[in-house]
Amino acid sequence: MTNLSVEAIAQVEQPLPGAPDNWRRFFSFSTDHKVIGIQYLVTAFFFFLVGGLLAMIMRGELITPESDLVDRAVYNAMFTMHGTIMLFLWTFPALLGLSNYLVPLMIGAQDMAFPRLNAVAFWMVPVFGFILMASFFVPGGPAQSGWWAYPPVSLQNPTGNLITGQTLWLLAVAISGVASIMGAVNFVTTIARMRAPGMTWFRMPVFVWTVLAAQIIQLFGLPALTAGAVMLLLDITAGTSFFDPAKGGDPILFQHFFWFYSHPAVYVIILPIFGVFSEIFPVYARKPLFGYKVVAISSLIITGLSGVVWVHHMFASGTPGWMRMLFMATTMLISVPTGIKVFAWVATIWGGKLRLNTPMLFALGGLTMFVFAGVTGIMLAAVPFDIHVNNTYFVVGHFHYVIYGAVVMGMYAALYHWFPKMTGRMYSEGLGKLHFALTFLGTNLNFFPMHPLGLMGMPRRVASYDPEFAFWNVIASLGGFLLGISTLPFLLNFIGSWVQGEKAPKNPWRAIGLEWLISSPPSAENFEELPIVIAEPYGYGKDEPLVANPDALEVAHESR
Amino acid sequence: MNLRLIVSIGTAAIALTLISLWMGQQSYGWFPPQASAESILVDQLFSFLVALGTFIFLGVIGVIVYAVLFQQAGKYDTSDGPPIEGNVPLEIIWTAIPFALVIWIAFYSYQIYDQMSILGPMEHVHKTGIAMAAPAKDVAPADEGSGAIAPIEVHARQWVWEFRYPDRNVTSTELHLPNNQRVKLVLQSEDVLHGFFVPAFRIKQDIIPGRAIDFEFTPIREGRYRLRDSQYSGTYFAAMQADVVVDSPEAYEQWLTAAAAQPPTVAYNRAFDEYRLAQNPISPGWKIVEPAAPPLVNVSTSPSSNPPSGEVSNP
Repeated sequence: MTNLSVEAIAQVEQPLPGAPDNWRRFFSFSTDHKVIGIQYLVTAFFFFLVGGLLAMIMRGELITPESDLVDRAVYNAMFTMHGTIMLFLWTFPALLGLSNYLVPLMIGAQDMAFPRLNAVAFWMVPVFGFILMASFFVPGGPAQSGWWAYPPVSLQNPTGNLITGQTLWLLAVAISGVASIMGAVNFVTTIARMRAPGMTWFRMPVFVWTVLAAQIIQLFGLPALTAGAVMLLLDITAGTSFFDPAKGGDPILFQHFFWFYSHPAVYVIILPIFGVFSEIFPVYARKPLFGYKVVAISSLIITGLSGVVWVHHMFASGTPGWMRMLFMATTMLISVPTGIKVFAWVATIWGGKLRLNTPMLFALGGLTMFVFAGVTGIMLAAVPFDIHVNNTYFVVGHFHYVIYGAVVMGMYAALYHWFPKMTGRMYSEGLGKLHFALTFLGTNLNFFPMHPLGLMGMPRRVASYDPEFAFWNVIASLGGFLLGISTLPFLLNFIGSWVQGEKAPKNPWRAIGLEWLISSPPSAENFEELPIVIAEPYGYGKDEPLVANPDALEVAHESR
Repeated sequence: MNLRLIVSIGTAAIALTLISLWMGQQSYGWFPPQASAESILVDQLFSFLVALGTFIFLGVIGVIVYAVLFQQAGKYDTSDGPPIEGNVPLEIIWTAIPFALVIWIAFYSYQIYDQMSILGPMEHVHKTGIAMAAPAKDVAPADEGSGAIAPIEVHARQWVWEFRYPDRNVTSTELHLPNNQRVKLVLQSEDVLHGFFVPAFRIKQDIIPGRAIDFEFTPIREGRYRLRDSQYSGTYFAAMQADVVVDSPEAYEQWLTAAAAQPPTVAYNRAFDEYRLAQNPISPGWKIVEPAAPPLVNVSTSPSSNPPSGEVSNP
């Protein structure tokens, strides 16, 4: 049952010769999941730099209390675009890229279930990225209503034009939604139907479990966001009144549509990073993942709970008391499966033989910051406290610890860990460690000060603020600039190493996993013969083979 | 060996507890002054969360740091660690304890919320235009001095705060409140979402156009505090601030009387001033929503309390 699509895949022809050393394939409509994965990653990283540049301009504005560096309208456009770019053009595509590259390799498939759909979904990213960037050049500038686009502010159209930054923004978000649904269908099908012989559910690496859990969220959540976006677009362009209170609409309804997807979206982002942690800790601690099955299942529990917590974003909106209490309880519950994972990682590390390579450093740093974010997350779930800090910098600090501290650090950990596999080259460990030091310092300098600022009562999204907030803002801005600088050793390292790094063996980390049994980079069809899986993942310390046919995959299984 | 382990874990736990309790005490200092009865409750809850959070954070991070410091593989050691795949009792414990903890936190938060009773809007919302003068009387404010203060209307518009005392015929752009009395506000917006947020009171409520939201709290400390718009409201969002003055009941009464005697003047408004100056060298020329004209009020805030950006403020 697991190899039913193999013949179908064989018929899919590559537009260009699929030779792994043909660099032009990265600029083609390739259907190879590994090429698409790298296309996603590189495109996403470009937009990460764009979004980061916007953030640094914002930090430049916020280094003084006055509104003096950029115009207020420009500042508002910047935080709107910063949030939108970082979510829809960096984290989502980057994680899709990682998942695209790894999932078929990890489950022993030769490609995704629908390779052409995969390519179409990717090529929508540059399309809506272009639309979003183009909105900088329309009269009135880009959208300025924040990435939530709450009506009535998002309905206000002072230019009177039909094509405004806001309509382009909504168009881009809708296209992004369609692309994500395509990706979700593809991933869920691939994981359900394309596993190699012997790759049972409980032999799948946790990364695959987390991708599955995340993509199921996309399937149930995105329709709500897309519906909300379309209704908002109709309100702006066609004069409907779903959300316009002046015409009897309900602006709060939009918030429900928006957060019904956009809260679970946080788990779409963080779950694959949980997967990355679960892959990396066993390799560099040389121990099996502690409580593998529980960690795997807890991902699905998170998926379930993530669908019933969205109102915690709206505690200060028009939300009645009973609803506040109900969603406080569900929100707190989600910390239980998350806590299980954290404890499992700590127990995996404990008593191991740790090797602090760059991926391990990033994973440990990411875990540390995630635990901090978890603590502040529980605080935010407590309604009376949330009412004070809702829409203040405390929330901004909290979610940047999640999204930069855990997600970006986890992403870097993954990129370093699988760089040899993807490129066939080794990266420079020295530059990697420098990158880690700058990133860890910069992230904490940038985002820790936001917590005291929020407690003191500084609202988010302000272009100017009272002088009492200046001290922490200066530190945060310096941290922000440091984070900008921290990408330089990374770029130098990866570009330099890709071009002329030392050749990578097929398994430089002595890791256990199907992807490490084949050459670096893998051939176009991944596996010459499908692997026959005979063991659970993470068999560190146990001398047991992972597959029955290691020699038939490509090259002989490296013996230890 | 086993005894040594128990002693060292016990010592660590005690040290951790003491640090956590100390952090919980410190946390009171991270807030603005406690200027409302609600703020005392919120700070108490936060202190509890800080203590608990410190314990969990330092506990987890302590284990990681210990492993990183003392459990690294030797340079030429290519062997694996022990193949421990799990431990069912341990996994049950670390599922059950967090579960119990969050139930504790949720219950405690619920109690605090119950004591605050700052009003969820649903039961107290009435559509604008309907009998503003007779707000829902069925909900007892749970305060001995109830009914002493007539409701104060808070009107938000892009980007003005305007306060009306209908029973005294006073309008102001500065919110004056009597100390130690349950205050009732009626929050209304004329255009977009705004948020009523006074950090010193630890309270916040979004203001939704088309609804009037009753909102109650009790100031307990005389002084001048800041009201900030907490729900993003467009271009001059950050400039939409006002002063809140908590007076003694006598001073409050005097202020109302004096204010009623003052002829209405055009209020100072930061957004309007910044927009009107129009010599903004950094403007990209994007067309934006024009700020509402400053209202005519009996009492206006002084420009120095919220001076315009980019311009030396001239009174």
